[in-house]
Amino acid sequence: MRDLTADAPQPLVRVEGLKMYFPIRTGLLRQHTGDVKAVDDVSFTIPAGETLGLVGESGCGKSTVGRAILRLYEPTAGRVEIEGEDVLALPPNRLRKKRPTMQMVFQDPQASLNPRMTVASIIAEPLEEHTDWPRARKTERVYELLDAVGLNRRFANRYPHEFSGGQRQRIGIARALALNPKFIVCDEPIAALDVSIQAQVVNLLEDLQEKLGLTYLFISHDLSMVRHLATRVAVMYLGRIAELSNSAALYANPLHPYTQALLSAVNEPDPELAARRNRIILTGDVPSPANPPAGCTFCTRCPKVFDRCRIERPDLVEVEPGRQVACHLYTEKTNQAGSTGGFGALSHRQQTNQQGVSR
Amino acid sequence: MPDGAQPVLDVRGLKTVFRTRSGEVHAVNDVSFSLQRGEVLGVVGESGSGKSVTMMSLLRLLPMPPAMIRGGEALLNGRDMLKAGPKELRAIRGGKVGFVFQDPMTSLNPVFTVGMQIMEPLRKHLGLSHDKAAARAVELLDLVGIPDARRRLGDYPHQFSGGMRQRVMIAIALACDPDVLIADEPTTALDVTIQAQILELMKDLRQKLGMAIVWITHDLGVIAGIADRVMVMYGGQVVEEAPVRDLFARPQHPYTRALLQTIPKISGPREARLKVIEGQPPILNAPPSACPFRARCEYRFDRCDAENPALRPVGAGHAVACHWQAPAAPLAAAEVSHA
Repeated sequence: MRDLTADAPQPLVRVEGLKMYFPIRTGLLRQHTGDVKAVDDVSFTIPAGETLGLVGESGCGKSTVGRAILRLYEPTAGRVEIEGEDVLALPPNRLRKKRPTMQMVFQDPQASLNPRMTVASIIAEPLEEHTDWPRARKTERVYELLDAVGLNRRFANRYPHEFSGGQRQRIGIARALALNPKFIVCDEPIAALDVSIQAQVVNLLEDLQEKLGLTYLFISHDLSMVRHLATRVAVMYLGRIAELSNSAALYANPLHPYTQALLSAVNEPDPELAARRNRIILTGDVPSPANPPAGCTFCTRCPKVFDRCRIERPDLVEVEPGRQVACHLYTEKTNQAGSTGGFGALSHRQQTNQQGVSR
Repeated sequence: MPDGAQPVLDVRGLKTVFRTRSGEVHAVNDVSFSLQRGEVLGVVGESGSGKSVTMMSLLRLLPMPPAMIRGGEALLNGRDMLKAGPKELRAIRGGKVGFVFQDPMTSLNPVFTVGMQIMEPLRKHLGLSHDKAAARAVELLDLVGIPDARRRLGDYPHQFSGGMRQRVMIAIALACDPDVLIADEPTTALDVTIQAQILELMKDLRQKLGMAIVWITHDLGVIAGIADRVMVMYGGQVVEEAPVRDLFARPQHPYTRALLQTIPKISGPREARLKVIEGQPPILNAPPSACPFRARCEYRFDRCDAENPALRPVGAGHAVACHWQAPAAPLAAAEVSHA
């Protein structure tokens, strides 16, 4: 087990070397000819009560991380400790007992709610599975949950189709809360909602976190919303974490060239700013995770690529306190500059800043 | 854009209803707008605001029934599209007016090669021979930035990535050199880095080809980056219309103001809490007799329940449909954090 004498508080969630490979089978005999490396060696921790934002473009593996952590998939390798217990090593009966602590809110509230079940039975389903409470107590709990997510108790016997998208997402959140979880994976919970409804759901998630001391892994492609919600942010590219940092530093001064491009691609709702900004427009598409490039996975699109990137895969290393980056630009510089460390890396970044195709 | 010039597209009093089993849904209520040559008009609104139905009505792309165009006119270079016969309409669709839809996977036919799909309008509308059409198709794919265009003509849509498929859609829409390009959420299904590529491409093409663009989106960030003028829709009506900078600097309608405050920013101070627009968008089962936004409006007063406000001018090219008078001061940052 871990060193329990350390002063720092134990993180609620600790992920180490998580790998999720999906086998590719071809031919008549369905022979295993390769792997889609959806998640390839991902490590991070989330302290209790905090939100880790997991961002990246579609196909980068962010949703797979969320699902693998909750063991909705069987990961290929790695360790996922939740409250000090390795979830990936649990036998089925113990895993089942563990399930109440870790829950998930899905992206599409339409698809994740059974259309033939009433709201009350959807929210009560986890209670049916995991408790032997009498019916009256379950009903009471359902009402409590409806109150908590801001839905009228009178809606209990209605069906999902009678609700709007935002209300359906509230039902999904109530279901996730039913068993008093400590950790919730929110997989793009607002992506399917209208702008004017997104803020309602985000505020609800924040209120619940404060009230119940929840810990979130917030998976999203909406970088502005992650900035608003998350304490720390992990940026994923092609199955790996490119940069992991506290939120304020990451948005103020992104280190990894991919993070820089990603942030500069976000559309600022301000025409003055939009006209003035120097955008880094990446060329090309994300390579296939079945056949990732050798070396750094970002080397095919990186505006600052150099020889070493095509040969050697950079590790995620700490370059400043609380900031980890997987990029040779920073290790090169720290090696050469020696004592200047992270600071030297920054000036290097400024020099190379204009190499991107900017307009 | 010079004032008084003949607009390329002029829509007046458009009304579209859907007949459903539970009565009529008034999806588009008296929508008017015009579009100058070379101008990009951003149309903003959430789902159900009528922004897509308005544009689909113009080309009569809606299934009729249940849809029905109840009134109005849509003048394209002075000729009313709504009165066009089947033959003329076919010439307009994909000819004078190009259309790019949100989802490039479902709007390309999976069983035909991309080349055939680009060549189809060229052969149908312009009567080009196969060889000429193929040559033009290569040009078009080059124009929208698809590498190795000649070889890729023989590929099927599934062999392209999402961003590349959207480029193919744009190439098809541009095939006949349209006067107006209607882009319905063309970047919504794409990732941000790909979205940025497509936005740059469209800005570029607009400069090169000088066509007018109607850009439908719910993303105010996209609008800020590409539009010259913006039309905000809510409940099937235009609630505000303004030049893009004016709209973001001095939003007048409570809905526009709330919308701008509800989205978190990528830079500047971090909001303590997001402003929420309470409630849900209206159900449009009756012709509007009052302001469609009144149920969610924080400035609602008696008149809002009695009378549907008409667009009134509040500045150069800036009009708002609201009885309430917005304060002259710009949207205060303080309002963002305390709300």
